Amino acid sequence: MARSNNLHSVAAIFDTPNKIIKAAEKVRDEGYNKFDVNTPYPLHGMDKAMGLSSSKVGFVTLFCGLFGGSFILLFMWWTLAKNYQLFIGGKPFFALPAFIPITFEITVLIGAVSTFIALIAVFFKLPFNNHPLHDTDYMKTVSVDKYGIYITTEDPKFDKEKIISLFKSLGAVSTDLIYLPKQEKFSMFNLKFVLFLIFVAAGTSGSTYLLLNKLMYITPFDWMEFQEKYTPQETSLFFGDRRSMRTPVDGTVAKGFIPYPYKGIANPTEVLSNPTIPTEDLLKMGKKKYLTFCSPCHGNFAEGDSRLNGQFPNGPTLHSDKIIKYSDGMLYHIITNGQNAMPAYDLQITRHERWAIVDYIRVLQRAKNAKNSDLVEIKKESTTNGQ
Amino acid sequence: MSLDYSKDMVQFTKEPKLVELDNLISKPMDTNPSRKYFIALAFTSSLMFLGFLCIGYTFYFGIGAWGNNQTIAWGFGITNFVFWVGIAHAGTLISAILYLLRQRWRNAIARFAEAMTIFAVICAGLFPIIHTGRPWLAGYLIPYPNSMNLWPNFISPLDWDVFAVSTYFTVSLLFWYLGLVPDFAILRDRAKDRIKKLIYTFFSLGWRHSNRHWRDYEKAYMVFAGLATPLVLSVHTVVSFDFAAAILPGWHSTIFPPYFVAGAIFSGFAMVVTALVVMRKVFDMENIITLNHLEKMNKIILLTGSMVGYAYLMEAFISWYSGVPTEQYVAVNRAFGNYAWAYWTTVSCNVFFPQFFWFKKVRRSIPLMFIVVLLVNVGMWFERYVIIVSSLHRDFLPSSWTYFTPSVIDFGILIGSFGLFFTLVLIFTRTMPVIAMSEIKGIVEGAQPSHDGGAH
Repeated sequence: MARSNNLHSVAAIFDTPNKIIKAAEKVRDEGYNKFDVNTPYPLHGMDKAMGLSSSKVGFVTLFCGLFGGSFILLFMWWTLAKNYQLFIGGKPFFALPAFIPITFEITVLIGAVSTFIALIAVFFKLPFNNHPLHDTDYMKTVSVDKYGIYITTEDPKFDKEKIISLFKSLGAVSTDLIYLPKQEKFSMFNLKFVLFLIFVAAGTSGSTYLLLNKLMYITPFDWMEFQEKYTPQETSLFFGDRRSMRTPVDGTVAKGFIPYPYKGIANPTEVLSNPTIPTEDLLKMGKKKYLTFCSPCHGNFAEGDSRLNGQFPNGPTLHSDKIIKYSDGMLYHIITNGQNAMPAYDLQITRHERWAIVDYIRVLQRAKNAKNSDLVEIKKESTTNGQ
Repeated sequence: MSLDYSKDMVQFTKEPKLVELDNLISKPMDTNPSRKYFIALAFTSSLMFLGFLCIGYTFYFGIGAWGNNQTIAWGFGITNFVFWVGIAHAGTLISAILYLLRQRWRNAIARFAEAMTIFAVICAGLFPIIHTGRPWLAGYLIPYPNSMNLWPNFISPLDWDVFAVSTYFTVSLLFWYLGLVPDFAILRDRAKDRIKKLIYTFFSLGWRHSNRHWRDYEKAYMVFAGLATPLVLSVHTVVSFDFAAAILPGWHSTIFPPYFVAGAIFSGFAMVVTALVVMRKVFDMENIITLNHLEKMNKIILLTGSMVGYAYLMEAFISWYSGVPTEQYVAVNRAFGNYAWAYWTTVSCNVFFPQFFWFKKVRRSIPLMFIVVLLVNVGMWFERYVIIVSSLHRDFLPSSWTYFTPSVIDFGILIGSFGLFFTLVLIFTRTMPVIAMSEIKGIVEGAQPSHDGGAH
C-alpha cells in the first residue's frame, strides 16, 4: 500500500435512487460527517437523508437586493436632486414614482448577480478543477446514471476496510478508492509565462493606443470634428470675394447698437441727460462693469492708480475738480467715444451699462469726498435699520 | 388514412434509460454536422453579414440612410427593437414562471427557450444603439462620474429601457448559465476530444454533481426564478412606457403595459414553437419535445392572442369613450387610413388565425401550427409597426404629415437581425445541450426515490 498516504476517500456506486437514499441515511447514522453524495440530478429527500440543513443562499439575495435597491435610489436622489439639478418642466427634483422602475431593475440586478457570485465562489467553492474526484471512473459514472457516495479520510471515524464492508452490506454495485492527484508545480518565472505577460502587456497598451489615438479620429468616429460647413474666417470658393463670412447690407444696424450721433466729436454740446435712476441693482451692475472695463487704468477707486504699472499710459484720477464738474452726459460721451489714449468702449459695453458706470463713478466721487454730514446720514440709516 | 392526433407519432417503446437521454441530447455535440447544417449556417450568416454591412453603411452616412424623417423619427429601428424584446419574453416566462407554477413539462423546452431569449435580447439591444447613430458614445448611458458632471436623466422612460433591457440580459444569461453548469459537467465527462474536454472543463467550473451543491443549486434556481418572474413582466412594461409616457395620441394610454406584456409572451411563444418544430425534427428529439409540449404552448398562444385581441378592441373603445377628437381621429385613421393594410394584417394574424387553436386537430398538427405561428410572428412585427408609424405620421402640424417609406438599408438591417438570431441559434444547437440534461433526467419515471421503497 505505497499510495495509501495519498488516499482521498472511499467511494461506492449504487444503481437505484432508493438504495442511495438508504445508504446516505446509514452513513449519517453511523456518525460519519465528512461524506458526500454525487447524483446526476438532485434527488428528493436526499438533504434529509444526509442530515443537511436548508440552504442559506436566499439570504444573500435578500440583503444584496435590498442594498442594491436602496443604493440606486439614494444615488438617483443625489445626482438629480443634489449634485446636478435638472429642471424639467417644473417637476420635483426627487420624483419618487419616476425612480421606481430603475430602483426595481437594480434591485433585481444586484440580487441576481450577487446570488450567482456567492453561489459559485462561496457556497460551491468553484472553480475547483483539480478535485481528486475529477477524471475518475466514479465521476464519469455518477454524471450519467448512477448514484455515488464517498467518505473522505478527513473523517475522524475513517477506516478503509470498515467503510468498504459497510458499502457492500448496503448493496453497492462497486466500491472504489479515490487518490489525491499528483501535485503539479508551476514556477512563477517560467520563460513561457513571462513571455505571455509581455505579450499581454504589449497587446493591451497597443490596442488602447490605437483605439484612443487613431480609431477615434477616423470617419465616422471622429467626434464630428469634420463637418460640411464654413467656420469663421474660412476661404470660400463659392462667393466672388472668396470670403465665407458675408458682410451685412449697407446701413444695417445690429440689434442693440443704435448709432451714436456724436461719434468722433471731442466736445459735443452736452445735450445728453442721464436716463437712469441710480437704484441699488443698477449701481451693483455699474460697479461690476467699472471693475471689468475701467479699473485697469483708472484704479479700483478711480484714483488713477493703474494696475498696469506704467506699461500703458496711466489713466487720470476721476476725482479731479474738472471731472467732478463734468455732466453725466460728458462722462457717457467719453466712455462711448474715447478720449486721448482711451479707446471707445461702445462695442464692449451696452448703452445701459455705460450709464450704470457713470452712476457708479458718481458714487465713487461722492464717497471719496464725503462730508461729516454724510456720516451723520449713514448713522441715522443704520439705527433705523436696527443694526 | 386517419391520423390519431391524441398521440405523438413516435414513442419510446419503454421508459428511456438515462444514458439514452444523454446520448440523444449530446448527439449534436458528439457527431460532425451534416452538409445541411453547413448550408443552413452559410445562409443565416450571409444574412447576418448583409445586416452588418447595412449597419456599417448607416454608421458612415448617418441615420439619413434609413427611411426615418422629421415626422416619423422612430421607424424600423424601434419597431425591430420592440419586436425582438417581445420575442425574448418567452424564454424567461418558460424557465421562471412555469417553474414557480410547478409545470414540469417546461423542463424539455426551457433550455432552448432561454437560449432564444438571450439571442433575441442581443438582436433587440442592437437597434436602440444603432438608432443613436453614434453607438460608440453609448457609454454616456451608464451613470459614471465624469468631468462634465453629467448624469443620465433617470426619470426618462428611454433611460429606464437601458436599465431594464441590460438587467434582463444579465439575469437571463446568469440563469441560463447556472442551468448549463451541470450539463457542461456531463459533457466534460463524456468528451473524448482533448480540446472539447478543455472547453467543457472550463465552463463546468469543476462541477461534481455533489448533493451538498445540489442543495444550494436548487435553492438558487428557485431564487432566480423568483427574481426573473417580476423582471420579465417589468421589461416589456418599461418598453411600453416609451410610448405610454409620451403625450402622443395613440400612444398615451394606460392599457399599454399589460397589452405589451401579453403581446410579448404571444410573439415569444410563437417564435419558440417555430424554432422547436424545426429543431426537434432535425435532431430527432420528438420523444423529448413531444406534441404534448407543443400543444400546451399553442394553448398559451391562443390565450395571449385573445388578450391581444381584447387590447385592440379596448384601444378603439377608449379612444371613442375618451371624447378627445385627436384620439378618435388616430383610432379611425389607424384602421381606415394610410396604414389600414398594416393594421388589418396585424388584426388578422394576431387575433383571427390563432383562434384556429380552439380545435385540437390544429393544435396537434405540425404543418398547421407552423403556419399559424409564422403568421403570428409576422402579425406581431406589424403590430409594433402600426403602433409606431401610424401614430407618428399624422403630426400635430398638418404641414408635416407624411408617409413612411423604408429604405433598402432598413430592410437589410431587419433581415440581418434575423440572420444574427438564427446564426446564434444554429451555433448553440451544436455546442451546448439544447435540452437541460440534468433536469430532464430528474423527471423520468423511476428517477426519484419511492417513499415506501428505500427511504423509510
